[in-house]
Amino acid sequence: MSFTLTDTPLDPAALMRGLADVRAGACVSFEGRVRNHSEGSRVDALDYEAYGPLARTEGERILAEARERFAILGAACVHRTGHLVPGDLAVWVGVCSAHRGPAFEACRYIIDETKARVPIWKKEHYAGGATEWINCATRGPHAPGAGP
Amino acid sequence: MKTVRIQYFALLREQRGVSEESVTTGAGSPGELYRDLRKLHRFTLPQDRLRVAINEAFGSWDAELRDGDTLVFIPPVAGG
Repeated sequence: MSFTLTDTPLDPAALMRGLADVRAGACVSFEGRVRNHSEGSRVDALDYEAYGPLARTEGERILAEARERFAILGAACVHRTGHLVPGDLAVWVGVCSAHRGPAFEACRYIIDETKARVPIWKKEHYAGGATEWINCATRGPHAPGAGP
Repeated sequence: MKTVRIQYFALLREQRGVSEESVTTGAGSPGELYRDLRKLHRFTLPQDRLRVAINEAFGSWDAELRDGDTLVFIPPVAGG
């Protein structure tokens, strides 16, 4: 079980090899990629920033929770930091288990909890040069409570 | 008075203009300190949108501030 931050490109095949286990009949992975659009705006790039020490402890806690909740053999999550462009891999989650059900469920749990809890931030760069820290608006259409 | 180290990330880092600083303060808790700093530096995020980390672990806004603590005010996260 490991949660890792890295500022270099992710290699899904190598990451999955790290979970190799002959007891595993199912290996599920999730690739979170940079989209070229966000709520109608064209996105040219993203910056990811993390609070390393706490991101790692919270990420490890999520992996430990997944192991308690689901019958899995191994799990890992790796998140990028730095400057990414559309198509780049931003986050990778891999889970192996004896049968497929727990692997799918644990993979979903890990990515959902990582997005909700781990101190990682995303700044979008839009066509035309504007930027925005996602989820941090305090006025305008993206502020909490302002949406439909 | 006590001196604490503050690390800033993301929107707060940009609004403060530095990644970290030492602050000598009479505030008794992280919540009081954030209220003071928000006024001073015009941080846009209200306290109820943030979490606080004390010495690299999630902490409480009304914890007692101790000399030498390292604090991080954590803006809404957006990994993935």
